[in-house]
Amino acid sequence: MTELALRVAAIDDAIPGIRRIRLVPRTGGLLPAFSAGAHLVLAMRDGPTLRRNPYSLCSDPEDRSGYEIAVRRAERSRGGSAFLHDRLAVGDLLSAGQPANLFQPDWRGRRHVMVAGGIGITPFMAMTATFDRLGLPFELHYACRSRATAAFADLLVARHGARVTLYPSDEGRRIDLAAVVGDQPLGTHLYTCGPDALMAAALQAARDAGWPDQALHAERFEAPPPGDPFTATLARSGIEVTVGRDQSLLEALEAAGVAAPCLCRGGACGECATRVIEARGTILHNDHFLSPGERAAGDRIMTCMSRFTGDRLVLDL
Amino acid sequence: MAAAFLSRPVYPGLALVPQARRHIFALEGAGAGALTDLAPDAGALTRSDILYLPRDPDGAAQAVALAALGAASLWQAPDLAALLSRLAGLLDGARMGTRLYAAGSEGFIGQVLVVAEAAGIDPLSVATEHRGNRARRVQCVHCKTVAEEVTTQPCACPGCGLTLFVRDHYSRRLGAFQGVCIDAEEPGSAPAAEEAFR
Amino acid sequence: MPPGSATAAVHRPETFLPGTFRDDFSYRNSPGNIPHFPFPFAEDSYRYSVNIEPHVPGRPGSAFEHLIDVDEHYLSEMADRARVLEEDPLRYQALPHMMLAQWDVLELLMEEQARAYPHLFTLTKDGDRWRWINRPMGIDDTFTFGDPATLPREPFDYIARQTQGDHAILDQRDGNLWMDAGMITAQADWSLDFDVGMSFHEWHAPVPLAHEMGVFDRALKFLLNLRLGQPVRRLNWTMTINPRLDTSPERYPHWGPDRMTVTPQNAGRKVHLRVELQSLWRLPRSNAILFPIRGYLMSLDQIVTVPKWGRRLPRVLESLPPELVEYKGLSRYRQTAIDWLKPYDDGQPTSPGIFPD
Repeated sequence: MTELALRVAAIDDAIPGIRRIRLVPRTGGLLPAFSAGAHLVLAMRDGPTLRRNPYSLCSDPEDRSGYEIAVRRAERSRGGSAFLHDRLAVGDLLSAGQPANLFQPDWRGRRHVMVAGGIGITPFMAMTATFDRLGLPFELHYACRSRATAAFADLLVARHGARVTLYPSDEGRRIDLAAVVGDQPLGTHLYTCGPDALMAAALQAARDAGWPDQALHAERFEAPPPGDPFTATLARSGIEVTVGRDQSLLEALEAAGVAAPCLCRGGACGECATRVIEARGTILHNDHFLSPGERAAGDRIMTCMSRFTGDRLVLDL
Repeated sequence: MAAAFLSRPVYPGLALVPQARRHIFALEGAGAGALTDLAPDAGALTRSDILYLPRDPDGAAQAVALAALGAASLWQAPDLAALLSRLAGLLDGARMGTRLYAAGSEGFIGQVLVVAEAAGIDPLSVATEHRGNRARRVQCVHCKTVAEEVTTQPCACPGCGLTLFVRDHYSRRLGAFQGVCIDAEEPGSAPAAEEAFR
Repeated sequence: MPPGSATAAVHRPETFLPGTFRDDFSYRNSPGNIPHFPFPFAEDSYRYSVNIEPHVPGRPGSAFEHLIDVDEHYLSEMADRARVLEEDPLRYQALPHMMLAQWDVLELLMEEQARAYPHLFTLTKDGDRWRWINRPMGIDDTFTFGDPATLPREPFDYIARQTQGDHAILDQRDGNLWMDAGMITAQADWSLDFDVGMSFHEWHAPVPLAHEMGVFDRALKFLLNLRLGQPVRRLNWTMTINPRLDTSPERYPHWGPDRMTVTPQNAGRKVHLRVELQSLWRLPRSNAILFPIRGYLMSLDQIVTVPKWGRRLPRVLESLPPELVEYKGLSRYRQTAIDWLKPYDDGQPTSPGIFPD
């Protein structure tokens, strides 16, 4: 089938709080090539719970002998990062979907400017490798707490030299975003991934400098937010599914054996949009896909991110 | 006017991007009015370059009105090729934050967008306003000759002489509508040309 | 596979027919190739639908057995393509930013064909050093994957000249798909040279009815999330007079008059059902989408050798909405075709699905 059967080949904990994991095909051979900016949805069997979380691929897309991800231990983990940090060991078996991409480079770009913050560096590992291979001009601006805690910092500088600039906050360095976007040639594209505030600031700096929206790209991955438990009634399968505090609606559906559509699991792609037949209460929309008008209509819910509070929620599933 | 069709470009009208570091206005004939109506503030005008291709009968008067704006530069083109070449020169080496505006006939806008795209500008980011007649640029799908200022349906291809039906299908890359032989199945059966695009 | 279909032979073309698609139109399907034809109508009346399904290997012997299908017309189709490209080089276009996608396509088409037809094609990889053997066409090339200078042509140009069917490559950006490359030499009346660079809705602009039904909005949304390793397919169809592959708008003055030549006597031989097996594949490195449009031609007199198809085709043709008849260019000969087919419709019910009974 299309699921990838993977084995943990190496774990690197050199940077505190960040675990690099190398995954190789269980039966040898090569994995599919992937596109820069792609992510992998990893399925993790943690006791009775099957978790599926998306992680950006941070290895070189042309290295098909294995995939690498880098996972930061979340301060308030829903389980995924804690599992990968505390319980995963070399030799463990995992499975994953095929790589998918919601953050691909615009190949028309004459120049590619990347602004990363913290663990948001991961998609840019693959992007810089690809841009370098294709001979496309690029520059990477990487904000971090310190040189010592910045994942991949040494590797990036060794690979790309002056095209990479580090901004360790403990040295008092901050990205001068206005300067970054202030003197770029026509046809430049901007990509940003990191904390919300950094992404918003980078996009705003570009807009303030007159950049068009078509040149702006942000990776809007988020973990599903926790919230009060609620129950969803599934009209077609005739069952009720209870969604726990640290569980997403999608995860609850999957745990109940319901084949629910999904792709990115981060509220970005729209694949999991599900028709709401009845909602006595309020849908808590946490996705980036539905427009304000569609949210107001209240007839669809994105199961990977959104929650519900109220008496009764009936879904067309 | 023909009903909208989905490859037909939309010309929402000029709107200034106030944050732009530099504005370049490419204007043709009545398109000058799109800029004078917009009446940008003095600050924006000091960052504005205007390329203007006058068309009769009001070209001279419009040039005077454009000059009165007091933009950083105003250049009058002797013909379309000169304007497009000058535009390409301005865009070569231009920086992000340069925003392009095009107003005039549909054929003019189409050709400005072709130059813009070649310079790395996403055509969707160019502000456009259609002013003037509805004459169409038409590419003969058979011999690839482009007929300018087509006003009739059908029209004669200036290249191969076939009688072309002007389809409601528009190529941004070519800046042209598609012309397809109207009487290929029964040569000689073409209807008489009628004014259709004015 | 339903019981009783065990007679379907595995599709393994060994010899290739010499037919032509112009001038004397000597193209014919061999009798053994008739069950291979992807008859597009699953029921007796026409109903527009997106009809997208997973592109997975299907019934042995059918056009669905292998995901990139090679049949007895391989060499004659490649010869016709070469001639079309020689006469009109604009049938191949690739915008400059599509080079990475070109390599994706080269790999995909080489791998799929070599896997399905090892007696015809061999691909060996030694790192980036690849060797491609195409036995029917007598090609044996070694090149460096990723380095265009090591191939005689651009990678997409190179492999599309060795693969049956037209191909377009769709770039994905701004929540849309853009037809930014293609090799289109056997199209049903659309111009790549005109459409290259267009967005999904733009290049579908001339299609009637479907826009109002929201068909393209839904299809685009679906395709934007198309997954790697999970291609999909649909069938599309039209009719062509004479077995002519190149029914491009460019050449319309050459083939348009054919539509006037259909008579009750010659309709069986002249009128062809033209089916496109369209598939869509997410490409790994570029995240673009490959869109193969694999065309099949079969004359009415060969279609009616399958009784189910002979019953069903006239029923479908009678049920077409007028806009569609016009758009597909059937107006001048549809009734003649129906009249020719009618004697093969004995009024019996037909079984569901597209395959012969």
